[in-house]
Amino acid sequence: MAAISREEVAHLARLSRLAVTEEELDTFAGQLDVILQAVAQVGEVAAADIPPTSHSVPLTNVLREDVVTPCLTPEEALSGAPDAEEQRFRVPRILDEDVAS
Amino acid sequence: MTTTLPAYDEVVARYEPVIGLETHVELGTNTKMWCGCPTDFGGEPNTRVCPVCLGLPGSLPVANKAAIEATVRIGLALNCSIAQWCRFARKNYFYPDMPKNFQISQYDEPLCFDGYLDVEVNGELVRIGIERVHLEEDTGKTLHVGGATGRIHGATESLVDYNRAGIPLVEIVTKPIPGTGALAPEVARAYVTELRDVIRSLGVSDVRMEEGSLRCDVNTSLNLPGEEWGTRTETKNVNSLRSVERAVRSEMLRQAAVLGAGGRITQETRHFHEDTGDTTPGRSKETATDYRYFPEPDLVPLAPDPAWVAELKAALPELPRLHRRRLQEAWGLSDADMQSVLNAGAVELIEATVAAGATPAAARKWWLGELSRRANETGVELADIGATPAQVAELQGLVDAGKLNDKLARTVLEGVVTGEGSPTEIMTARGLEVVSDTGALTAAVDEAIAANPAIADKVRSGKVAAAGALVGAVMKTTRGQADAQTVRTLILERLGAQG
Amino acid sequence: MTDVTAMTATQIAGLVATGAASAVEVTQAHLDRIAAVDGRVNAFLHVDTEGALAAARDIDARRAAGEELGPLAGVPVAVKDVLTTKGVPTTVGSKILEGWRPPYDSTIVERLRAAGTVMLGKTNMDEFAMGSSTEYSAYGPSRNPWDTDRIPGGSGGGSAAALAAYEAPLAIGSDTGGSIRQPGAVTGTVGAKPTYGGTSRYGLVAFSSSLDTPGPCARTVLDAALLHAAIGGHDPRDSTSIPAPVPDVVAAAKLGATGDLSGVRLGIVTEFGGEGAEPGVMATFREAVDTLTKLGAEIVEISCPHFRYALPAYYLIAPSECSSNLARFDGVRFGLRTGDDGNRSLEEVMSLTREAGFGPEVKRRIMLGTYALSSGYYDAYYGQAQKVRTLITRDFTAAFERVDALISPTTPFVAFPLGARTSDPYQMYLADLFTIPSNLYGGPGISVPCGLSEGLPVGLQVMAPTMADDRMYRVAAALESAVGTFTPPAL
Repeated sequence: MAAISREEVAHLARLSRLAVTEEELDTFAGQLDVILQAVAQVGEVAAADIPPTSHSVPLTNVLREDVVTPCLTPEEALSGAPDAEEQRFRVPRILDEDVAS
Repeated sequence: MTTTLPAYDEVVARYEPVIGLETHVELGTNTKMWCGCPTDFGGEPNTRVCPVCLGLPGSLPVANKAAIEATVRIGLALNCSIAQWCRFARKNYFYPDMPKNFQISQYDEPLCFDGYLDVEVNGELVRIGIERVHLEEDTGKTLHVGGATGRIHGATESLVDYNRAGIPLVEIVTKPIPGTGALAPEVARAYVTELRDVIRSLGVSDVRMEEGSLRCDVNTSLNLPGEEWGTRTETKNVNSLRSVERAVRSEMLRQAAVLGAGGRITQETRHFHEDTGDTTPGRSKETATDYRYFPEPDLVPLAPDPAWVAELKAALPELPRLHRRRLQEAWGLSDADMQSVLNAGAVELIEATVAAGATPAAARKWWLGELSRRANETGVELADIGATPAQVAELQGLVDAGKLNDKLARTVLEGVVTGEGSPTEIMTARGLEVVSDTGALTAAVDEAIAANPAIADKVRSGKVAAAGALVGAVMKTTRGQADAQTVRTLILERLGAQG
Repeated sequence: MTDVTAMTATQIAGLVATGAASAVEVTQAHLDRIAAVDGRVNAFLHVDTEGALAAARDIDARRAAGEELGPLAGVPVAVKDVLTTKGVPTTVGSKILEGWRPPYDSTIVERLRAAGTVMLGKTNMDEFAMGSSTEYSAYGPSRNPWDTDRIPGGSGGGSAAALAAYEAPLAIGSDTGGSIRQPGAVTGTVGAKPTYGGTSRYGLVAFSSSLDTPGPCARTVLDAALLHAAIGGHDPRDSTSIPAPVPDVVAAAKLGATGDLSGVRLGIVTEFGGEGAEPGVMATFREAVDTLTKLGAEIVEISCPHFRYALPAYYLIAPSECSSNLARFDGVRFGLRTGDDGNRSLEEVMSLTREAGFGPEVKRRIMLGTYALSSGYYDAYYGQAQKVRTLITRDFTAAFERVDALISPTTPFVAFPLGARTSDPYQMYLADLFTIPSNLYGGPGISVPCGLSEGLPVGLQVMAPTMADDRMYRVAAALESAVGTFTPPAL
């Protein structure tokens, strides 16, 4: 049985903001299936009582003093922008109104 | 769709509301959460940005110590436990005001959790459970262009300014609040008010709803007595204390109408409209984004030292509610008088004015009188009126010293408010000091008597009331700078009459 | 003057320090070499001729003024295009950043400048450092100077190829699953992955934040150590940077070069005992083990039972982090934007931009990571992979209680022909089979040439405990002193 369906791959592409083609969907579905079956091996390990490792360095409380440092100039900030207007980054109309915070 | 809304009394007679509040507070740190860019409000677009808060490739966050400390202090003031170890997490979603297309937030390991805040509603204490207090980052600001209203709908493009992106944001989430019945809207408002005062007393944020440094989302559900809690909606965009109350009430009415018609409440985000007081639906939560939270690999865990937490706890200021009670006693105010001070937002101002040397009565008189009137007229917050507590105390000092009379003091205060300088400076510069030199006054009195022989005769003959016209004449020649009572006494003396 | 491009960094620094050669002459010689051979190697994505010569002139002026210069002053260096360089194009091998000139320098690049090195340009890489051959570069593959029909390894194939083609004596790479060590192995050069947190990631365009480690590449162990010392150490702009001095890797390399490993215990990982590795590679490795024994090292076999799960765990953790790290490439603040015709919505334009800007391997990993982080799959995939990471770390910790360092072949196979593994992504992943465990653990690893198999270089990997980078330099330098360095046929 396939680990992942073509529809699931299409959903992942949407979530990832990738306008993949139909042809790509076929290819990716097959490849991701192979990869997922291989990586699913991690499930063989009995690790119920093992703590997860998110960071390999044993550091905590790395903090910065609340001191102002120089900013970029607006010209520098906008230098790489594909489009700018009124010293702001211009984007096409936005469909999705909801903003989480 | 127009539905007839039921009467509020009927709604609360039939249903029990459960409310919950999520409040976001922008911290008043000098710099942003992850970088050294300044946080001051306003400023030309994209002038307070760097590779980190623009999310440029390769940039990395480093947590602001002051923001961590402020969050722990908020947590402590809200009687929370402080995590011994916790991590930041990435909340993944695409939106152009999020430079990285993920927000660094906290997920299942908040910095502070499980606390409460007692609030007073109609003289009764209500304990609001606090679920969690966590730290995250603010977004940039999006300007919608091309639409008629500046709103997103109908806009042809949007322009993004990242000055606000990365400002530390504390999220405070209550536990569900059942059992408030008809008072649910007032409880919601009282909670946000008290929370605002607590945070202000900590000095960690200016908590201004109108500037967006305090923002509120309100959860509301209704259920029949004895039944399970209903499906809740989340109302966003609630940007004033009054709106908090209105949003709860309006959502209770709407939900009751839906339920009354046999309908079902959808779990969704709704938007509050300040102008109409209504809410309209946003995205349905049933198809909500999966944020794919995972521990932020670019930041290491936080493990607040218990000794440090204990120190912060010991140094917390008095709770605003207790502080207010103490002030009320010290100032000798009735509950009603104290309430008007609170309503005017004048507690701290009066307190500071008293600290600067004025009597409580005098301080209250200026802040609730002349200054409140001006604030109302010009539509600014009392705290922003332009006069400081120190200046008000100085002004009162001049009155007490007899250098200004009440009328002159008002004139001087007007100068203070319009930025002319300190009360003493204005008094001197504009020559407003009360004429207290008796020689000069006597000359003015004699002049007035000589110029009005008929009136003087009337006074001499015992018609003391006629002296008013002579007082007026003296006040005119001294341009109002004489003390009217002194002038009257002098006139009566001069004319051998008794007052 | 003899050809400076054939010299080590140590030798070049000596020439510049004594005034026998100017930094400008050294730089020009390397620029000439690049002009002559890079058409066949494609190691560079951008050659910063003007910037390099200006930096060289500055070094010469400072030397003339009597200023004391660092041990690498005047030595040219090639920088993997994964590090930001202020005003100099930084593409990460991707179309999505084509033409982007960052407004800031990475910490590594700042330190390279402070050390007096001269940056020649930016080297080719698999797009976003995802790959083991540079075939996933959006700008065409680099080629292995040993055989230009073969891959130079990846993702840092450009840096390794530049060294092997004598276009630069030093290079910077970044290693997330083997991207420094594996290219080093297949090009006959030295590549070291420092302890995670030992070199700053500030300005390193992130692939997988908890694994990415910038590090040195060179033709000799001592050169790599000198470069490591120059770029390493605490950086307050990287929260995961370790606030401790870099272990004395230079002294360790010099000690190792004496050829004495007596008292050093080395462990061979049982689980890397040949399964999936080419016989020729294993044979060369075993010869190298014999050499190490002759140098006085004690060899023991050690089982690290969870290493077999390193590859699957890695291909869950790295894509998960990458799916989030690469979300910012949306055509709003920098880089490519396509499809903005005035009618399409932002969402459409973003999706078209990412579709056009990312290559297939990047898209695969973004989708894989999005999947692994989804609610409902998180525990079984990402969560479980992080637990496996803990178990792999415990394997290392247990092993280092018995031995000073672990050794293995760096890669299971020698440089393969271009195109041999591109159609099956998982076959490509196997190239990092032996290098990935160190990344999951966070400890350092180095690849040093140990011989040839079928005329192609084989690397030996030395893995050391975290913050014991000096140990691996000592072992690598000792082996190098015995087997020598390896020079490819003339291009």
